[in-house]
Amino acid sequence: MSGAQLSSPTTATTRRRGLYSERAFYALALLSIILPLAMLAIMLLGVLKNGGARLSWDFITSYPSRKADHAGILPGLVGSLYLMGLTALIALPLGVGAAIYLEEYGKQSRMSRLIEVNIANLAGVPSIVYGLLGLGLFVRILHFGRSLLAGASTLALLVLPMVVLVSREALRTVPRGLREAAFALGATQWQTIRQVVLPIAYPGILTGAILALSRAIGETAPLVVIGALTYITFVPDGVDAPFTALPIQIFNWVSRPQKAFIVDAAAGIVVLVLTMLILNGVAIYLRNRLQKRAS
Amino acid sequence: MRPAVFQSTPPPRPSPVKLGVDQVRAWFGSHQVLHGIDMQIPEQSVTAIIGPSGCGKSTLIRSLNRMHELTEGARLEGRITLDGVDVYGKDVDPVLLRRRVGMVFQKPNPFPSMSIRDNVLAGLRLTRSLDRSRAAEITETALRGAALWDEVKDRLDTPGVSLSGGQQQRLCIARSLAVAPEVLLMDEPCSALDPVATSRIEDLIHTLKTTYTIVIVTHNMQQAARVSDYTAFLLTGELVEFSETNRLFTSPRDTRTEDYITGKFG
Repeated sequence: MSGAQLSSPTTATTRRRGLYSERAFYALALLSIILPLAMLAIMLLGVLKNGGARLSWDFITSYPSRKADHAGILPGLVGSLYLMGLTALIALPLGVGAAIYLEEYGKQSRMSRLIEVNIANLAGVPSIVYGLLGLGLFVRILHFGRSLLAGASTLALLVLPMVVLVSREALRTVPRGLREAAFALGATQWQTIRQVVLPIAYPGILTGAILALSRAIGETAPLVVIGALTYITFVPDGVDAPFTALPIQIFNWVSRPQKAFIVDAAAGIVVLVLTMLILNGVAIYLRNRLQKRAS
Repeated sequence: MRPAVFQSTPPPRPSPVKLGVDQVRAWFGSHQVLHGIDMQIPEQSVTAIIGPSGCGKSTLIRSLNRMHELTEGARLEGRITLDGVDVYGKDVDPVLLRRRVGMVFQKPNPFPSMSIRDNVLAGLRLTRSLDRSRAAEITETALRGAALWDEVKDRLDTPGVSLSGGQQQRLCIARSLAVAPEVLLMDEPCSALDPVATSRIEDLIHTLKTTYTIVIVTHNMQQAARVSDYTAFLLTGELVEFSETNRLFTSPRDTRTEDYITGKFG
């Protein structure tokens, strides 16, 4: 009976039609992953081909120079690492704290919905606007000067909405039953959040943090606005020191007339991408360890 | 062999009232789910709350340890007393109340980030610090109390969620016992379990009632008859009948009770 049905012409046609659409969708999905990957590969190969010759330990440990073949990326690299660290220190506690308030403590009200919509809007504000805000607020009003702290505060503002949104999503995935279980054991709300909710939400929060900080490390515009320097021959020695960052150094080299600096810029891009990969790798490793503990 | 459904053991001796429910009315937003419930729950006994879905039995049991008020828009009027003290009184901290009135939920919910041991100790760790030997002692006592010790004693450090559903539910019972409550509330504790796991929990309830006052919500009338000393029958937010289990099942006073236990509706 079922054999007859399987080979009946109508079923076969339908099945074949189903197969075609199945294959078409598969091809489409495959294409949409191959395209961006191919772009990325072309870019990487391009910069490697152009800047590969300049890539060396010397390039990483040298200061910028007027002579293109002596120039190095050290201040930019160190500046970017400092920026990342400081940005994370400012944005993560604030962002996760805000998310905890909104998700766990805040009651559903018109106000909370208004806040929600505004946070989503903030995530879409162009980074140059954050740069102007940083210049006005941190550099001038709060007298941070053109320092690492001003830069990191600006980048923290920039990524804060994203950290809040992703953290809220992560908190929302924690089943209500677990919170109730903790309450039923006589836990206070804070004990419940810290010992039951957060351990489960950490991996998700960390994923968001990785994405947000990756965005921060690549940002140039706001840093240019707040006045990151483009030619410094020292490594910043504190949060109040002037600084430069990788993308700014690259931008500076690209805008030089001499061809040789283009090579430096390409090498700089390779360093930037590698730094990002390494930082992401570390963050993903940490997340997986947390996830293993959580499941 | 478990006792037959309509056993004819002598009625349990009346014992002092542990939980008093006095004219309790409860709402979710504008929807009233309990319409003035009165009940006296005796100490060291098992009280079953039965009734069709949506009759308010979960709301009633959740109001006993003030879990009801955690739902947004929920409110409650009337009095609930524990050892004669109003648990909704001004100076009563719900957090402290819940350490005296433990709760086991419908779906086993061990903390996924914790080992078996840490799950048992969770309630204590959440609230205070514990030294190692005391922790080991409490872990064993609680797991023995929940009839789980022999099955897990060699793997206390494996995740709580690696256990079977029935074991997870007994782990949740152990977790409640570790806090040393006086009352144990069980909200349909067996509805997610298979018959074998269910019967183990029922056996456990028989043992636990010598120490604890147990209130169990169940939609399973046979289960109520098997495990409880007293039964309350709830219908659309009203308490239709509350009496000794034997009497309620053999000679119900209200025709609605009779219709429900004989399967005419529900």
